[in-house]
Amino acid sequence: MELKDLIKPENLVYEKSKVQEDTYMHYCPGCSHGVVHKILAELIEELGIQEKTVGVAPVGCAVFAYNYIDIDWQEAAHGRAPAVATGISRLYPDNFVFTYQGDGDLASIGAAEIMHACNRGENILVVFINNGIYGMTGGQMAPTTLEGMVTATTPMGRNVDLNGYPMRITNLIAQLPGTSYVTRQAVHTAAAVRKCKKSLKKAIENVLAKKGTSFVEVVSTCNSGWKMTPVAANKWMEDNMIPYYPLGDLKDSVKGE
Amino acid sequence: MKGNEVLAEAAIRCGCDGYFGYPITPQSEVMETLMMRRPWEETGMVVLQAESEVAAINMVYGAAGSGKKAMTSSSSPGISLMSEGISYLAGAELPCLIVNVTRGGPGLGTIQPSQADYFQAVKGGGHGDYKLIVLAPSSVQEMNDFVDLGFELAFKYRNPALILTDGALGQMMEKVELADYKPRWSNEEINELMGNWATTGKPASRKKNVVSSLVMGSDEMEAYNLRFQQKYRMMEEKEVRYEAFQCDDAEFVLVAFGTSSRVCQKSVQIARAKGLKVGLLRPITLFPFPKLVIKELARKVKGFMSVEMSAGQMVEDIKLSVYEAGSNARVNYFGRMGGIIPSPEEVVEALEEKFSWEISYGVKRSY
Repeated sequence: MELKDLIKPENLVYEKSKVQEDTYMHYCPGCSHGVVHKILAELIEELGIQEKTVGVAPVGCAVFAYNYIDIDWQEAAHGRAPAVATGISRLYPDNFVFTYQGDGDLASIGAAEIMHACNRGENILVVFINNGIYGMTGGQMAPTTLEGMVTATTPMGRNVDLNGYPMRITNLIAQLPGTSYVTRQAVHTAAAVRKCKKSLKKAIENVLAKKGTSFVEVVSTCNSGWKMTPVAANKWMEDNMIPYYPLGDLKDSVKGE
Repeated sequence: MKGNEVLAEAAIRCGCDGYFGYPITPQSEVMETLMMRRPWEETGMVVLQAESEVAAINMVYGAAGSGKKAMTSSSSPGISLMSEGISYLAGAELPCLIVNVTRGGPGLGTIQPSQADYFQAVKGGGHGDYKLIVLAPSSVQEMNDFVDLGFELAFKYRNPALILTDGALGQMMEKVELADYKPRWSNEEINELMGNWATTGKPASRKKNVVSSLVMGSDEMEAYNLRFQQKYRMMEEKEVRYEAFQCDDAEFVLVAFGTSSRVCQKSVQIARAKGLKVGLLRPITLFPFPKLVIKELARKVKGFMSVEMSAGQMVEDIKLSVYEAGSNARVNYFGRMGGIIPSPEEVVEALEEKFSWEISYGVKRSY
C-alpha cells in the first residue's frame, strides 16, 4: 500500500507541484532558494503556462535552478540574465520569460544589464534573491551587505568609508518608467510565503498581460554564508535585513509611469 | 553600396530574426541602416540597440538559445567586450553570426582599418578551448554573401561564426548583387529543426531544454571538450575555403586576406611585370585555415610572404603549415600597423628584399 492509497482526495491539503522536479535540491537547509523555487513551480502550474515559460538562471547558488523546475531554461553569464532574457522575450513575445538572480549577480556585476532591461520595459519578470552576500563563492561582500556585516571579504565588518553603502537597488528600479510592478517580499514565515506567492502571481500576470517589467525582490537568508543556524538566520534577517530593506510594494503602476 | 550597409541588407534578406548591437566606429552604419530599413515591418526581424556590447552579445545568446537566427556587429574594442559572451556561446554550442569590422589597436587605438584581431578571431578570443568559424571577405560582394554563409555554417555546426572584415571594407562602396529574400523560420519550423535543444517553451511532448555551458564534473567537461575538438577537426576537413591567384607556376606566394589581399593582387601584377613569378593565396576561411593548400605549395615554392595589416599574426599559421609539410620553404612577413594599408609597391619591394638571396641565385636557400 502506498501513501496515496491512504490519503483520501478530500483530505489532501498539499501536493508538490508537478512542475517542480522530483529530485533533491543542492541548497543548504534553511536557504530561501528552495521556497522561492517551489512557489514559482506552483504558479507556473496553476497558471497553466509551463509550455510558454522560459527561465534564465544566474551565476551563483541558483545556477542549478534549471535542475528543479521543469521548463525550458537558459544559463546566463554572471549578471547578464536580463540581456539574455531580452533576447528570448523579444523573439518570443508571447512566451513568459523570467530571470532568477542573486544580489551579486543583479546588483553588482549585472547592474547595467538590469537597469537597462527594466528601463526598456522588457516584458519579463525578474526574481531578485537578496541575502546580502555572495553565497556560492563562499560568503563575500555583496553590494547589499549591511553596514558592519561580517563577510569573507569584510572580516572586520562592512566599513562604509571603504566599501560604500548597502544598495537598495529595488528602490532604484522602481524609479524606472519601464517597470510596472516592483515589490519586496520575504519567505521566512508561512504568512510571508503566502504574501510572496501572491506578489509573484501578480507579477507573472502582469508579464502575461504585457505590462512591462515586473520585479520581485525576496529578502532572503544565507545561513551557511552568515554562519548561523537556519532559525538564527531568520531572526537576524528580521532584526537587521528587513529594517533596511522594508517589505511591501514599491510600485504598482503601468509601464510608462 | 557601402560594406556596412550591405551587411544590414544581407541580414534582412537571409531571414535573420534579430540584430542586437551597440554603436562603434567604423561599423555604426550597420545598425543605422537596419533602423532606417525597419525590417520589423517587412520580415518581422527584431533590431535592438543594446546598452553595451556586453549586453548585445548576451541578447544574441538568448535569441540564439531559443533557435533564432541572431547576429551582432561591432569593431575591435567592442569585440573584446563581447569575448565573454562569445566563449559562453561556443560553450553552449549556440549558432549565431558576429561581425568584426576591425580597427587598429591595442586599446582605443584608431578608427582606421586593421587586421590585428586575427589571433583573437581564429584562436578563440575568450577563455577556454574553442574556435569560431571565421570568414574573411575581400569585397563588398563577399560582405553580402558571407552573412548567409556564416549563418548556414553556424547552424550546421551549432557554433558561432564570425565575419572578420575591417574598416576599409566596411566603408568601401562597390557594386553588389543582393540575394533574394529567404523567409524567416517559423516557430513551428524551429521546433521541428531544433526542438531537441532550443528553449522555445517546453511542450508536454518533450523533455525540458537547458542551454548552458556549465559542466561540473571534470570527466564530463573533458568529454565535452573532446567533442568540441572533433567538431573543429570536422570543420577543418570540410569547410576550408580559399582563392589561389596565379599560384600554378609561382616561385613566391603572397598570403593575404581581406583588404591586404586586394593590395596583393596588384603586387602580383607588378612583380610579374618585373619577371618575378609571384602568386597570391587568399584564405577565405581563417578558421579553418587552409593548411592543406599551403602544405602543397610549400613543396614546390621557394618561399611565402604573409602580408598583413598587423605585426604578423597569420604568418604563424603559415609557418606551422610549412613545418607540418616538412618543407624548408622560407616564410616571411610584411605588414603595416596602426590603421595603415600597405601599398602594392611596398609589398613588392619587401618581397624583393626578403627573398633577395633566392631571387639572385634562383634556388631555394637551405640552412
